[in-house]
Amino acid sequence: MESAPRALNPNDKVMEAIAEKISELTIRFAGDSGDGMQLVGKKFSDALASIGIDLITFPDFPSEIRAPEGTLYGVSAYQLRLGSKDITTHGDEIDVLVAMNASSLKVNLDNLRSGGIIIANVDGFDSRNLKLAEYEKSPLETGELSQYKVIAVDMVKEAKTALKDLNLSPKTLKKSKNFFALGIVYWLINLNQSSTQNWLKKKFARNEEALTANTNVFELGWKYGEQQQVIPNQFEIGSKHFAAGNYRNISGNQAVAIGLVAASRKAELPLFLGSYPITPATEILQYISSYKKFGVKHLQAEDEIAGVTSAIGASYGGHLAVTTTSGPGLSLKSEALGLAVMTELPLLVIDVMRAGPSTGMPTKPEQSDLFQAMFGRHGEAPMPVLAASSPSDCFDMTIEAARLALKYMTPVMLLTDGYIAQSSEPWKIPSPDELPSLVKDLTVDKDNYQPYMRDPETLARPWVIPGMKGLEHRIGGLEKSDKSGKVSYSAENHQHMTELRQQKIQNIQNDIPLAEVTGPDAGELLVLGWGSTKGAITTAMERLWSKGYDVAHLHLKHLNPLPKNLGDVLHNYRNVLIPEMNMGQLKMLIQANYLKDVIGYNKVQGQPFKASEIEQKVKEILVGEEVLS
Amino acid sequence: MKTIIDQFATMDVNGSTQYTSKDFKPENDVRWCLGCGAYSVLFPVQKFMPDLGVPKEKIAFVSGIGCSGRFPYYMETYGFHGIHGRPIAIASGLKVARPDLSVWVVTGDGDNMSIGGNHFIHGCRRNVDLNVMMFNNEIYSLTKGQYSPTSHKGQITKSSPFGVLEDPFNPVKVAIGTGATFVARGYDKDRFHIQYLIERAARHKGFSFIELYTNCLIFNDEAFDGFTKKDVRDDHTVNLEHGKPVVFGINHDKGIRLNGFKPEVIDLNDGYSVDDCLVYDETDATLAYVMASMSDNPEMPHPVGVFLQLDKPSYDENVVNQIAHEQEVKGEGTLEELLLGDDYWQVN
Repeated sequence: MESAPRALNPNDKVMEAIAEKISELTIRFAGDSGDGMQLVGKKFSDALASIGIDLITFPDFPSEIRAPEGTLYGVSAYQLRLGSKDITTHGDEIDVLVAMNASSLKVNLDNLRSGGIIIANVDGFDSRNLKLAEYEKSPLETGELSQYKVIAVDMVKEAKTALKDLNLSPKTLKKSKNFFALGIVYWLINLNQSSTQNWLKKKFARNEEALTANTNVFELGWKYGEQQQVIPNQFEIGSKHFAAGNYRNISGNQAVAIGLVAASRKAELPLFLGSYPITPATEILQYISSYKKFGVKHLQAEDEIAGVTSAIGASYGGHLAVTTTSGPGLSLKSEALGLAVMTELPLLVIDVMRAGPSTGMPTKPEQSDLFQAMFGRHGEAPMPVLAASSPSDCFDMTIEAARLALKYMTPVMLLTDGYIAQSSEPWKIPSPDELPSLVKDLTVDKDNYQPYMRDPETLARPWVIPGMKGLEHRIGGLEKSDKSGKVSYSAENHQHMTELRQQKIQNIQNDIPLAEVTGPDAGELLVLGWGSTKGAITTAMERLWSKGYDVAHLHLKHLNPLPKNLGDVLHNYRNVLIPEMNMGQLKMLIQANYLKDVIGYNKVQGQPFKASEIEQKVKEILVGEEVLS
Repeated sequence: MKTIIDQFATMDVNGSTQYTSKDFKPENDVRWCLGCGAYSVLFPVQKFMPDLGVPKEKIAFVSGIGCSGRFPYYMETYGFHGIHGRPIAIASGLKVARPDLSVWVVTGDGDNMSIGGNHFIHGCRRNVDLNVMMFNNEIYSLTKGQYSPTSHKGQITKSSPFGVLEDPFNPVKVAIGTGATFVARGYDKDRFHIQYLIERAARHKGFSFIELYTNCLIFNDEAFDGFTKKDVRDDHTVNLEHGKPVVFGINHDKGIRLNGFKPEVIDLNDGYSVDDCLVYDETDATLAYVMASMSDNPEMPHPVGVFLQLDKPSYDENVVNQIAHEQEVKGEGTLEELLLGDDYWQVN
């Protein structure tokens, strides 16, 4: 938080709630997997976004669906950073922590800034919960939280007492405690409850008891915030100036799903998705499966291989075909991707990366599939690789992936990751007319048609689909003779075809934007990023520039081929720093391609970079010694 | 929604269907070994195609890896030679995307029962309208002679020099057990029968599976001679025909009756008549399974013909209907509507 609420001194006697204007705030809701933290977080962010407050959300939950209650490993959290200026990360440090039980306090306390606010549900600090959280005594009572401002309230008891006349079952009241916490948070930033109350009315239209409980408990939380006098300040978050237009909150997975339909409409092609459920990509399959009225077809396949091969079949049949997956699934699809390369069919492969290897940490993000995307196929099997850099960028990059796949008749890999796939941000909704047309010309000169003849510019072969009369032909995984497409084992032909396939992908360099640097166009240090690190790098850059550091930022969206001018750009800087959530995969690509020495900054903790980490690293490089941030 | 492929994907048969079998013979040389059982499938298929009543450009053959995988190159239609084990998955995507096409799968015992086993069982269950012809030579031929999941116990092959230790799959039983709606079996020495089965499969709406015994004269010669050679076949095979008593033998003097769930051979010259024989019902999956089990018992005649034919809506049809239903109830969705979603807000 740039302009933090003034330091909260326990001896501070200011009892009046004076709204204080601040520009940014980071709030983290944490509780048991079953406490409804994801739900209240989502509702909170919807309410904020709809009144023009910028934000980025970060759902952070365990792989277990309902881990045993009260455990340290069962803590589920939803973090968001909100503010009146451009928000590009979900926040390094927490300003307000909602802790529904002892474990959720314990695992998050390290990230709470000194002077931050804790809203603790006392009910979750009983002896059983304390034991599970490995506390000997309640931290709410030992004084160990004295550097924070603590609101400790037994949310269930408060609700029971205040709402006793409504005759609500104890179970229902207990379940609605997340809305008590939400009520306090709404009060804290003086946020209107009405949109969330309306949502509750819709959600529980057929469950009167739950509706009564949740709406009243929510209200009660607000009142509780108002009445108690621990927190002197109610924060006032100003609205960001958004350009005129329509907006919605969008997550990366949602943006991919919508982007796929948009691409198919702009290409005037039917859409087909072949997919097998896998965390954290499953949501794309779920969204697409709900789009029946948009005429979309999907096949939930028996396995990852059938996911991609059914998509190849649909592509052969003239559809915009897609398969979605995450790392382990991508490994299983490798052989089939070679088939798509060989048959030169358009295909979109969406890989929502997660921490690996093997099952790894399914709900945690990583950028460690870059090599697999680039090289994870047998034989020489080049394909374009793209990476989205934010939730809403997933939409643009999906359209871009479709553009390249159709134009160049090739499978295209789009990398996102668990972070941007699940986090969300306000997105300015484009009108359909603003999107580029992707319509492909399917006309063929029948008299001279050969399956592997090529467009002289793009080197793409014609897309001739079953149903086109007089053009019947056979394709497959065996090496093809140039032009005729007949099976060929000729030595010269294989050399030629391998070079052609490589050249076709390399030529895409002429069809993608040049690398554009933000900041000085030459100098001491360039931070080179790709994918979801963009938010953290951007925030770090703003801080560094405001302090006068000589550093520039370049963010790659096209990873294969790389932008044409990239080599020249890199050589304009004395040092290049590549922060990435892997052990140095882009670093190796850059070094191999440009013989440029690069400093790697590798974080593989299943957590995105913090802006402060990148800021610190840059300072270390520029000043040449460790600098305190 | 109008698309640029609509003109090619229309469900109407508006192309020419006046063909002879020659129209389906490609210019490529067929490269199977001379005398291979696979020819006994290729020729009946080429012969039947003019009767299919579908324009050539609407027919697609999809194959996997193995000797059977070359089949699409020998048909003058659309063809896709896939990767090992995946032809049913590829074809399922093609057919779901393009229900207007007649989609055929050519696979083998290794391709379909081993590496592609998962796609096979789910293909049977899902009931996509495909015609699957599985060449079964009980050996891996293209890799030169290792045992396959249909090789018999004790079989000596290059990878089982002391005999196969595993029991084989009975592919017909797998197909029936996993929900296929059309299941049949034929053998290379009876091309007319194969052509009949192909026609039945083509007319069936849903997942059709034909197991075809195709002799590999290089690596597993005479594997089926014990019941398919001319001089023994009448006594050692039994052809299942819907609504007819199950009778076999060179003099039509043997029959099958059921003793509980157990099929038994009865001698029609020795106290039994045709009336004692089981009357076959190809719409009874349990009966089909019982009859298919006969091929596991060397004492019993080897069953061939159509085991099962069930009328059920196909998956591809269901996909189309579900979309049509949603569009009827909710109206056809526009891109603008999708982009906006339910919770958008306006900034002026």
